[in-house]
Amino acid sequence: MDESLRELYQEVILDHSRHPRHFGALAEATHRGEGHNPLCGDRVTVYLKLDGDGRIADISFEGRGCAISQASASLMTNLVRGRTVEEAEDLTGGFLHLVKGENANGLAPADRETLDVMAGVSAFPMRVKCATLAWHTMQSALEGGSPAKTE
Amino acid sequence: MTLRPNLKLAQRFDVDALRDEFDILSRTVHGKPLAYLDNAASAQKPRAVLAAMAEFATHDYANVHRGVHELSARATQRYEAARETVRRFLNSAHPDEIVFTKGGTEAINLVSYAFLAPRLKAGDEIIVTTMEHHSNIVPWHFLRERQGAVLRWVDVDDDGALSIDAVDAAIGPRTKLVAVAHMSNVLGTVAPLKEIVARAQAKGVPVLADGCQGAVHERVDVQDLDVDFYAFTGHKLYGPTGIGALYAKRAHLAAMRPFNGGGEMIAEVSREQITYAAPPARFEAGTPPIVEAVGLAAAIDWFSSQDRQAVAEHEQALLDHATSEIEKLNWVCVVGRAPGKGPILSFETAGMHAHDVATILDREGVAVRAGHHCAQPLMERFGVASTTRASFAPYNSHAEVEAFVAALAKARKILG
Repeated sequence: MDESLRELYQEVILDHSRHPRHFGALAEATHRGEGHNPLCGDRVTVYLKLDGDGRIADISFEGRGCAISQASASLMTNLVRGRTVEEAEDLTGGFLHLVKGENANGLAPADRETLDVMAGVSAFPMRVKCATLAWHTMQSALEGGSPAKTE
Repeated sequence: MTLRPNLKLAQRFDVDALRDEFDILSRTVHGKPLAYLDNAASAQKPRAVLAAMAEFATHDYANVHRGVHELSARATQRYEAARETVRRFLNSAHPDEIVFTKGGTEAINLVSYAFLAPRLKAGDEIIVTTMEHHSNIVPWHFLRERQGAVLRWVDVDDDGALSIDAVDAAIGPRTKLVAVAHMSNVLGTVAPLKEIVARAQAKGVPVLADGCQGAVHERVDVQDLDVDFYAFTGHKLYGPTGIGALYAKRAHLAAMRPFNGGGEMIAEVSREQITYAAPPARFEAGTPPIVEAVGLAAAIDWFSSQDRQAVAEHEQALLDHATSEIEKLNWVCVVGRAPGKGPILSFETAGMHAHDVATILDREGVAVRAGHHCAQPLMERFGVASTTRASFAPYNSHAEVEAFVAALAKARKILG
């Protein structure tokens, strides 16, 4: 099989897309963001619950999308839970570099290792937006701004 | 395989010879032979079209309708000859019923702005069907937003067929226009256009047909259809991007207000006032896409020189072949089964998102479209977020259909 395809659709990705973690609405959410990819019609909602110290006490997402977008959202919720908002923002920056095939050295080694399953996306430029949708949506939720859009 | 090779057809239609006219078809993608099945999005262009454009740009190019010099005269002659070619293709009665636009979208926006908007009052109705492309929805939404028009939606049935009676029933005393796709870009459904026009006309309502797919697969005779407006684009018709045309009845064009303002569309301009040129120039402000018009004419000439009946039969055979193969897969659900549909095959894949499927097909050299196909109301009607779509052209082969089916099986293996 095509190596880049194997890289893109690794077992971890497929597992996260079939069994997304932290899927569903979060009743006590303090922040909520809507994301939309007009190109494919995919939608995602990200819910966050921040505690008094600016820490992400809980996070969840719901929506529909391709394997890449679902897996990316699922991985994201795993990673940012328990982090501070600032850490989540740094993580987002590092992730965006990673999936665009840019220098992602800003990521801590452990995070880099976890997110490495998404690095294969960089070989599929048309699919980068799928991977970044949930992350942009989390950013917009934290900023309380307008809905995130990737296209 | 349920398809029986049709020897008579094979003799009439030589797909290998046709493929030789398209250099791009012999290229590889990701190391695999290209199987280009995204023709409903945009078709490839035969060498004759590319050569005609290059030849004109190289030897005879200048602006049109302006200079007195030789090249301007030649360019004007070619540009107006292209209009005559479009007239012949649609069988309109007069070349001045053909307005060049930058594509189907602009043609429909032109009707919305220049024809309908000035005669529309709040509460007036525009009929659209759920199988429309966004280009035949959004211009009418503009009129809803700006002038209080009401969009009345006529639904297709579960097979994707459009009933004449359903359209007829929706036409009321306040209906100002029926806007309908001649052929759906997702379902392949062919609208019963002639009958729709007859019913609408009986109630004094004009009909606009979006012919972006229909002009490619159906024979269009605007006089026989008696349709008021027919819009189509060049790039799906084996021609270049950046050019399309609107056919409109003379009486409508004469009554329409100008669209873009600028050079070419005026009779006289003074400090105090302006008078407008007669149609079609009134609607062609600015320097038009001249090379593209030459390319469109070449594409129509090329297409018209084909045995259209043999082309249609070949495309149907490809559609039948692909449909019968994917229907064997219990994880595939075809969306759009209207009788007499065109060679467009949309389908859902259980547990697999269309974009993932299309990515894997792409790596196998198979180019298909995945997504909502700019037809979100239709996706909503069928309860799907997106579909994968294979759409066929005369240069596609049964070997390509087999490559498509094999690639689908591979997608299932990876994602399923």
